[in-house]
Amino acid sequence: MPFQPPTRPHSANPGMNPSIFPRTVSSSSVYKHDQKQQKSSSMSSFGKHSASAEEWEDAWDSSSDKEDDPVVGGHTGGEQMIKSKTVPIPLSKPSSNGNGRVEESLVIGSWNSNSYHHLSPPSPIKPTSSGRPNLQTAKTFSEGTIPPIPGTSVPEGRHDAAGSGSRSKLPPGGAWEIVEQSEIKEQDEEDVPLPEKVGKEAVKDDVEDILKDPLQLLSNLSLDTPQTPSSAEPSSFPFLTPGSSYPQTPSTASSVLHSPEQPASYSALPTTPRTNTISSLKKEGGSSSLGRQRSVRTERKREKFVRVLKGRNEAVELAELRKLAWNGVPEEVRGVVWMLLLNYLPLPVQPRLTTLNRKRKEYTQLVDQYFGRGLSSLDQQIWHQIEIDVPRTRPGVALWSCVQTQRSLERILYVWAIRHPASGYVQGINDLVTPFFQVFLGAYIDTDPELFDVAHLPPHVLQAIEADTFWCLTKLLDGIQDHYISQQPGIQRLVKRMGELVKRIDAPLAAHFEDQGIEFMQFAFRWMNCLLMREISVKCTIRMWDTYLAEGADAFSQFHLYVCSALLVKYSERLREMDFQEMIMFLQCLPTQSWTDHEIELLLSEAYVLKMVWQGAENHFANLPNGNQGQFGMLGR
Amino acid sequence: MAGPHYDFLIKLLLIGDSGVGKSCLLLRFCDDAWTPSFITTIGIDFKIRTIELDGKRIKLQIWDTAGQERFRTITTAYYRGAMGILLVYDVTDEKSFNNIRTWHANIEQHASPGVNKILIGNKCDWDEKRVVTLEQGRALADEFGLRFLETSAKANEGVEEAFFTLARDIKTRLIDSQPQEAAPVSLGADRRGVDVNKQSNTSQGGCCS
Repeated sequence: MPFQPPTRPHSANPGMNPSIFPRTVSSSSVYKHDQKQQKSSSMSSFGKHSASAEEWEDAWDSSSDKEDDPVVGGHTGGEQMIKSKTVPIPLSKPSSNGNGRVEESLVIGSWNSNSYHHLSPPSPIKPTSSGRPNLQTAKTFSEGTIPPIPGTSVPEGRHDAAGSGSRSKLPPGGAWEIVEQSEIKEQDEEDVPLPEKVGKEAVKDDVEDILKDPLQLLSNLSLDTPQTPSSAEPSSFPFLTPGSSYPQTPSTASSVLHSPEQPASYSALPTTPRTNTISSLKKEGGSSSLGRQRSVRTERKREKFVRVLKGRNEAVELAELRKLAWNGVPEEVRGVVWMLLLNYLPLPVQPRLTTLNRKRKEYTQLVDQYFGRGLSSLDQQIWHQIEIDVPRTRPGVALWSCVQTQRSLERILYVWAIRHPASGYVQGINDLVTPFFQVFLGAYIDTDPELFDVAHLPPHVLQAIEADTFWCLTKLLDGIQDHYISQQPGIQRLVKRMGELVKRIDAPLAAHFEDQGIEFMQFAFRWMNCLLMREISVKCTIRMWDTYLAEGADAFSQFHLYVCSALLVKYSERLREMDFQEMIMFLQCLPTQSWTDHEIELLLSEAYVLKMVWQGAENHFANLPNGNQGQFGMLGR
Repeated sequence: MAGPHYDFLIKLLLIGDSGVGKSCLLLRFCDDAWTPSFITTIGIDFKIRTIELDGKRIKLQIWDTAGQERFRTITTAYYRGAMGILLVYDVTDEKSFNNIRTWHANIEQHASPGVNKILIGNKCDWDEKRVVTLEQGRALADEFGLRFLETSAKANEGVEEAFFTLARDIKTRLIDSQPQEAAPVSLGADRRGVDVNKQSNTSQGGCCS
């Protein structure tokens, strides 16, 4: 019996020892609570949703063109909120006003339980052009109170949307501010930021199909056939075998998720906004020509991915996929592309699904094997470190504040650590889990994974995400094993090589470092240990990993060296103006937190140029007359 | 480059088990802030604060280290340049208290002889979880001949006192006792700031020895 995080510690799950999950009471009660809420409000809110489904679709389509211009599109608001560590929760479903615009109000709850960010100074309600105030509200969760799980705090808003309350009905308690968002009014319909869906409504219709075959995600990109609720028809992949090794969707979850066996009861559901098809693009008649160009370019890119992923001769061509992925993978297929690039999902069609099933089952067995005898049977040293680090992983982000996500992270880290005794768990590996988890979770939902409460996913889907994350993390770490073993020789070597490389590509900066007594180890150690994840956002990391994974197995050490060097010399001019202390302060808090994919892509291309010039040229260093010959030997790995 | 608006530079080091609150102590002391879920420290971190002691402006350059064993290789490299070390344990975590012996042995092995030290029992506001008593802490400090204080970064108890006590000890040892050689770095020109850093990076005893 595989583990079922959300139902723990109930006896319905005999395979798991309840004692090993000491903090599940709140999770299961939250889950139950939410089911109750869902029953009372789901149908009415879905009905409301249906009324504006078209608007959702258009807006989501433009907002998903992130690789082109992150500023354009409805995601912008959400991203800003993440930066300020706040979580927008839709207070109501978007409703269409006379102008066909979407209005919404947001509850911004700080998840950092004792810190609170004012989004803007309070201002009186002003009538907007449509004669109605646009509300943006913020709520303080005072220190010591448990922040609500996203989705569980929403129902008030849901009731509101269903017509049971007025717009002025705000959740009780906390400080509220009402500000005008006049700038939103100025924007075109497709640019209107939508409230993030954080609850069950964010779960995709065809979650079961995606679970069985991640390439099902391709149907989201299918370019000629109009999208229908996909599980109502057989999979477009003939090799998809019916039935899965996972337990049936629990009846609790089937109240929102239709399984392939029961599509009929969901005929009333609107098509979810994930259908990023050309047909939906065509509907955007009023969009600017620039936007259209972007969309066309994005669409071409998607077409290429579809073609390559469908493969030829019953297999995906790795070289073609790498070439495409280097420049960024569309969000819709990123999960499956990463799995293929990491060789977790086999390239040939034939063994693909059986391998996937086998690996997921294998992970479930590993969890049972290590956790089945209770927490006391674990390696206490490893477990203690993991236990104290998990709550410190991306603190303040809703997804990583969820009890279930934290339990998943604990299991992933522990199982990996116990199976790799030479390194065990090393701080920083917890960071490396997050991109995988978020990308794989993203395949099943229609919202920003960072805002999503995984309690809304069927347990077996969460298990699959956890297993996929584990195996892909394992693949990644396989390539940088000596980063984390005793003495961390991999990192020591890389930092040294970086110092030598910078001496070559930016001699004045290297000289300034030497002059001021800065050692590369003082800042670059973390750049290597956490693969720059402390320097750039997870969203940017994900884009960066598209390229790393396309580069090949050793990219996380070799190509990463060039990325780090390119990053450093980017700030050369500024650094050369600083003294020791200023440099250390600057380097441990780089101004990269606001970076978008654009800056990352620039950095990646700079790194690529460095790699082209310097890779393989290292042997020449030893012969350079002005070089320190002894040191250059280090460059040869 | 900014000039040194201080008379002396003192380098401090925070060590102790993972999760005892080293970074939180530093955050409280330098930024007067607190967060319940600080991200883990990888390798080393760095913060500064300038304080006034007996009419002198003293810049404290504080290095915060990762507590996990695996990072010991990189963190011990910083022991040598430190003039003062804060040994931190968590009063709610007995293991972190027992490990103070190991940390103390590390200091003996890697730090400069005569380095000033202080033992700190953090999270002292957390009464219901406390497992290490004040007396136990004091007894251990006496055994090693260390100064001792209990602190709470969360409640802002004892934090200022801890850093000030250590800074004063260092000032007494390195500066007051050697008035001639310790010719204080003047408040003068910008370039002096560079010299301060250069000197302190290469010197073992401290900025002024």
